[in-house]
Amino acid sequence: MTLLSLQGVTRQFGGLVAVDAIDLDVTDRGVTALIGPNGAGKTTLFNLISGFQTPNAGRVVFAGEDITGRPPEAIAAAGLVRTFQLVQLFQSLSVLENVQVGCHLHTNGGFWSALLRTRATRQVEREVEKRARELLGFVGLEGATDMDASALAYGQQRLLEIARALAAQPKLLLLDEPAAGLSADESKRLSTAIRAIAQRGTTVLLIEHDMNVVMNTADTIAVLDFGRKIAEGPPATVRENPAVIAAYLGVGHA
Amino acid sequence: MTNSPAIIYHDRLRRGLAALPWAVACAMLAYAFIAGGYLVTIMSFAMIYAVFIIGLNVFMGFAGQVSFGHNAFAALSGYASAVLTATYYWDPMAAFVVGLGLALLVALVVGWPTLRLKGHYLAMATLAIGLIVYEIAIQWQSVTQGYMGISGISPLGIGGYEVVSDRGKLFTLMIIVGLSSLAAARLRASRFGRALAAIAGSEDAARALGIDVAHYKLAAFLVSAAYAALAGSLFVHVVEFVSPEVFGLNMVVVAFTMLYVGGIGTLGGPILGAVIVSLLPEIFRGFKDYQDLFYGAGLILLLIYAPKGLAALGNIVPRRGKA
Repeated sequence: MTLLSLQGVTRQFGGLVAVDAIDLDVTDRGVTALIGPNGAGKTTLFNLISGFQTPNAGRVVFAGEDITGRPPEAIAAAGLVRTFQLVQLFQSLSVLENVQVGCHLHTNGGFWSALLRTRATRQVEREVEKRARELLGFVGLEGATDMDASALAYGQQRLLEIARALAAQPKLLLLDEPAAGLSADESKRLSTAIRAIAQRGTTVLLIEHDMNVVMNTADTIAVLDFGRKIAEGPPATVRENPAVIAAYLGVGHA
Repeated sequence: MTNSPAIIYHDRLRRGLAALPWAVACAMLAYAFIAGGYLVTIMSFAMIYAVFIIGLNVFMGFAGQVSFGHNAFAALSGYASAVLTATYYWDPMAAFVVGLGLALLVALVVGWPTLRLKGHYLAMATLAIGLIVYEIAIQWQSVTQGYMGISGISPLGIGGYEVVSDRGKLFTLMIIVGLSSLAAARLRASRFGRALAAIAGSEDAARALGIDVAHYKLAAFLVSAAYAALAGSLFVHVVEFVSPEVFGLNMVVVAFTMLYVGGIGTLGGPILGAVIVSLLPEIFRGFKDYQDLFYGAGLILLLIYAPKGLAALGNIVPRRGKA
């Protein structure tokens, strides 16, 4: 079944067509990778899907609902959660609290429940903390729970951002270059984590330049070049595709 | 990991430095009680400022926003308390409820449109509202009596019970500061407080996790306006007099100094900042003509070596010997 469907999604910046009439279907299983040279429009496409930018034309349909032009927080509430190319942690919070923020959507309580701190509120807080600890264990950060988020090494910050996104219990998780800046060892662990996320039933759509990560995780690959989709399919066919090879080697279109 | 004498000494130094400002603040409050007189008045003003800054810290420290105009909310509530008790003989508590409502209403009207915008629009709007309220306090003479101000405001009290002695006022204010601080601590350690910290950290990441940024900014703005309103009403009942100058731009400058010296974003910072900064003019008075120079130099040194303020003074000794 199709979880996310892009229909002719287009975004222009002045005369530049950053994303040009993209059609893409992401099924509700497994991992889809979005690859392409720098400037191909991958991050812009992520921004269009997650509501940080609005398409000039086309529709974004998620879980049967048209979410085109909705604000990011509404799209997150619908079950589509993203991470960022440049890690965006909440610096003044601890590692644990960062993940607790991720539980925001699935809990409630505002000013008065904070002030009164009733038994029900404390119960929810305990559950949130338990869940956050589980997720930190899942990404291998259980030893860093009480540290300041800003004190983490770069690779750990990336893992923390993923744990935080998972706390929002997304149906679809968008990862924007999760392996950027990671060591070979860390990339390998990241690949394992991404597969594990998919196995737990969360669909993953990722942008990635690290081909090892892409080949080790993706069930389907879509290739963008100059804002257009030039290929789509399982890894084995995409890597043999002459248009893809041309785009990556810069020989002009075959 | 070995606990060598050097490391133990190091940890003691850290803890000692962290405790120092608290020791000074507590000692001064205790001394004010025993000695009485002028120091009681200074400490009472410090406590009123503490209430104001605890609230400002929710908006600026927790949520990472900027406001130059919270004096307006103190002024609105302060004048409501003054006029209703001095002219119409209302009970102070009832007058405060009206003042609080007025301050929240104005905060809502200013905050609703501006908090949806990114950047400095809110800071500019708050600066404007502070100046507008100040002008109204001067010009609307039939109600505020302009520069003359309003005297004969009833003392701090609930129902028939009134606090008249200076020590009693200070004690009451200390209890209010304690409760205000407790409320802020509970806010910080909740879903609400985490959402504010998320907005301070990254608005984009907060939205991507489903946090309605505009909603929470407005909520933090209203909470801090409520604290400001409480501080405004407390002031007029403690001094039993009000004039426009009381809630002028100077109040914002003093509050900012206290917030940054004490430690913005920390829980203890507002109280420490309010008490210590209130004492500084008394300490530097000995330097006579050079007092402003020493005062300024002291502030600069503090902000360079302890950028998180007095509440994090222990951090000027780097952490060592711990993972």
